[in-house]
Amino acid sequence: MADLALTLFPANARRTGRKLLRNRAFVAGAFLVTLVFLAIVLAPLIAQYEPNRMQIRMRFRPPSSEFWFGTDNLGRDMFARVLYGGRLSIEIGFWVVMLNAVFGVTLGALAGYFRALDNPLMRLSDALMAFPSVLLAIGIAAILGPSTSTAVIALAVVYIPRTARILRASVLVVRELDYVHASRAAGAGDWHILWRHILPNCMAPLLVQLSFVFAYAVLSEAVLSFLGLGAPPTVPSWGILISEGRSYIREAWWLTVVPGIAIAVTVLGLNLLGDGLRDVLDPRMKIQQE
Amino acid sequence: MLAFAIRRLLHTIPILAIVSLIAFGMIKLVPGDPAVVMGGTNATAAEIDQIRRNLGLDQPFHVQLGAFYWNLLQGDLGNSLLLNVPVTSAIIERLPATLWLSAYAMLLTLIFGLATGIIAALRHNTWVDQAATTLALIGVSLPNFWLGLVMIVVFSVHLGWLPTSGFVDPAENVIGFLRTATMPAAALAMLQIGLLARITRSAMLEVLRQDYVRTARAKGLPEWVVVMKHALANAMIPIVTVVGLIFSVLISGSIVIETIFTIPGMGALLGNAILRRDYPMIQGGLLFVAAALMLLNLLADMLYAYFDPRVQVDRDG
Amino acid sequence: MSDALLSVRNLTTAFAIESGSTIAVDDVGFDVRAGEAVGLIGESGSGKSVAALSILGLLPTPPARVLSGSAMFEGRDLLKMPAKELRRIRGKRIGMIFQEPMTSLNPVFPIGEQIAESLRLHERLGNEAARKRAIAMLDRVGIPSASRRLDDYPHQLSGGMRQRVMIAIALACDPKLLIADEPTTALDVTVQAQLLDLLNDLRRETGMAMLLITHNMGVIAEFADRVVVMYSGQVAEEAPIETLFDAPRHPYTQGLLGATPTLAQTEARLRTIPGSLPDPAAPPPGCRFAPRCDFADAQCAAGRPTEIVLAAGHRAACRRTDATAAWQTA
Repeated sequence: MADLALTLFPANARRTGRKLLRNRAFVAGAFLVTLVFLAIVLAPLIAQYEPNRMQIRMRFRPPSSEFWFGTDNLGRDMFARVLYGGRLSIEIGFWVVMLNAVFGVTLGALAGYFRALDNPLMRLSDALMAFPSVLLAIGIAAILGPSTSTAVIALAVVYIPRTARILRASVLVVRELDYVHASRAAGAGDWHILWRHILPNCMAPLLVQLSFVFAYAVLSEAVLSFLGLGAPPTVPSWGILISEGRSYIREAWWLTVVPGIAIAVTVLGLNLLGDGLRDVLDPRMKIQQE
Repeated sequence: MLAFAIRRLLHTIPILAIVSLIAFGMIKLVPGDPAVVMGGTNATAAEIDQIRRNLGLDQPFHVQLGAFYWNLLQGDLGNSLLLNVPVTSAIIERLPATLWLSAYAMLLTLIFGLATGIIAALRHNTWVDQAATTLALIGVSLPNFWLGLVMIVVFSVHLGWLPTSGFVDPAENVIGFLRTATMPAAALAMLQIGLLARITRSAMLEVLRQDYVRTARAKGLPEWVVVMKHALANAMIPIVTVVGLIFSVLISGSIVIETIFTIPGMGALLGNAILRRDYPMIQGGLLFVAAALMLLNLLADMLYAYFDPRVQVDRDG
Repeated sequence: MSDALLSVRNLTTAFAIESGSTIAVDDVGFDVRAGEAVGLIGESGSGKSVAALSILGLLPTPPARVLSGSAMFEGRDLLKMPAKELRRIRGKRIGMIFQEPMTSLNPVFPIGEQIAESLRLHERLGNEAARKRAIAMLDRVGIPSASRRLDDYPHQLSGGMRQRVMIAIALACDPKLLIADEPTTALDVTVQAQLLDLLNDLRRETGMAMLLITHNMGVIAEFADRVVVMYSGQVAEEAPIETLFDAPRHPYTQGLLGATPTLAQTEARLRTIPGSLPDPAAPPPGCRFAPRCDFADAQCAAGRPTEIVLAAGHRAACRRTDATAAWQTA
């Protein structure tokens, strides 16, 4: 009885895996996300030029067989810049997802399991969710001052209440299931029940939520960078590339257009992944709260 | 309905209290001395002292908090450091442009979002559904500021049809408004169109297989009455639950979009304040937006009660 | 049979399923004469509801598809009619009520509007006149203080009341035929009896014909002039009501009658038919009832039995009617 949830999981996992592979949205999403990740990780091998190498005679070259994505105002290869620039965007998205996983799960589980904590935690999340999400992130980033960790913190603060809410809802359902009652009757402690019995059964909605959080984070990070609230490192993120390209929009459209397509492909892939996961793992879940 | 509205209004008061506390606390999060940060690198010690006094930062914490709430209750959100005018009047002055733009974007959202969702549901599992679903998903995946820039490239730079920036009040010149506001409104609306199309499609699919739709058909009603009256009236119930979300996306989007298209609205005001570290403006703007959003959410709840007759009776009865 | 109001012939309806398609209604035919009450009886899954919904074009297509057959109503084929003309018949010449009163009314419109809507559409009544007629209809189906309930929403009514509203909707335009699909199944027993009485009264008043779809022999006994028994998508037997109860000749009908509880019987002594309905995706090749039939021989399992006319209005799809003739009420 004690390990019911865990022992059931491997058999389920294989069947779930098969279902996922038959789900078109999931497969398309996985393909796009893998493509983006590979391109970013293998950037040094794929890109012909260094992202910061200036070739002053090559300024404003439109996309061609030599410069796939064209060159910028300093003759830098946009293909390389987009690949390297994605590293920062994805990295920020990754850390936001991690913080969401840790704090969203912790707060959501506490609120869902311990009645006394529910009300204060949920009122706090109501208040944080009263701000439009991107606006709150902008506000926090503006006050903390621009840096990579600022962007991560700002986006995490915005999405953690939303993740916590979803986890809390699952915990509320799972905690009333028969085997949880049985385990409590058998004398298991709260933490044991929460960790071994309840949380493993809340993984499906969490996974779905995290893939959407990743998508939102990449999208919102671009907004922060565009407004100059992200980090100003040597290799700019996609949002900064768009913001830089904006100055030359009349003579070199590709500087603006290409990084945006990179964002769109990544976010589309993550959204498809989330849709597919939701269809297979948790068909009852409706459109996510932003 | 009135009792319902009042009850929901009372429910928002504690949340508003926490929201304002967060807004108040934000300025405490400024790394280092906010007065120094705001003064900039060229400020003299006297100037920084002046800023500190203006913001009341020289007072003890509880006095600051008390003053903050006392001013708030009078509608005073402090003074903008940048514009040197009260935050409230700056917001009020910039509000009309934002409201017009938002209304335009909302109209586009309703028309295209609902239409796409309904058509996709009616042509379920056909190429039409596939195309509509894919478009909706692409809609929620595009950065809106990028979309705005792409539209500028296409319609202003290459085709030369529309101006790249500016804003004309529709009360003075409707054509001028449409020429200046169509691109920003479309860029703002794209995300919400995708969002609304997705929820409309799933709500309509759910509703179309209900027994009462069959009853409507058994009455001999024309198909469009069955869909647009009997099905849609029920699908509106889940649809209005995302209205709050749509308003929220709209408000967030207006900061960047107004900045790109240089529209003299609240979004551009806030965007500028953020770039120039005008803390009172940021604080006041966020608080104003949060309060407005809560009011809009209240409106969404009332819409919900309007569309679902079961709600009112369950709660009032 | 030229006096038939509705005449269904060779109706075949299929559903698309994951692995191809399955025939839910297979070559079904029956008549309903003007003013007559015909019972369509069978277990759930026998295709009786699908047959009725096929006639009115109310099945979701896809997955359902009417493959062949005709349904002549007042001289015209409902199955080949353009959708627009069929809509003029639905709700006007043919009314229909469904099994689930809880979900068959639209939750977001007042009941008065749901009745008046038909009247405005088919009778070209104005708002005020339609409202008045709706009140009269509610009154007629036995809803107390009808004028006050007109603006009630479905959730404010009980199941029995909702089914009365459904009847009011179906009868609003004074149809010649009412198709009632398990109209009382979802309701509790006392309410069932009241509703059946109401339907009986209304039928006498209006002279409309009725096609009553049910799995309940007791309801049939109270109601029908003639009965069509369906099994696994096909017609097993058709007979006038007295003949059906006194001298059923299809072994399935005999089994059904044996399985019908009377007041004197208790659950424990109920005779049931051994076995269950065949899988509609892979029905047995011969007589579909053969695997469960006491009389079946090798030939029964080999080919589909032809219908035998036993008397005027009495037919059975069985090869062994000679053997089944010995049946008498247990």
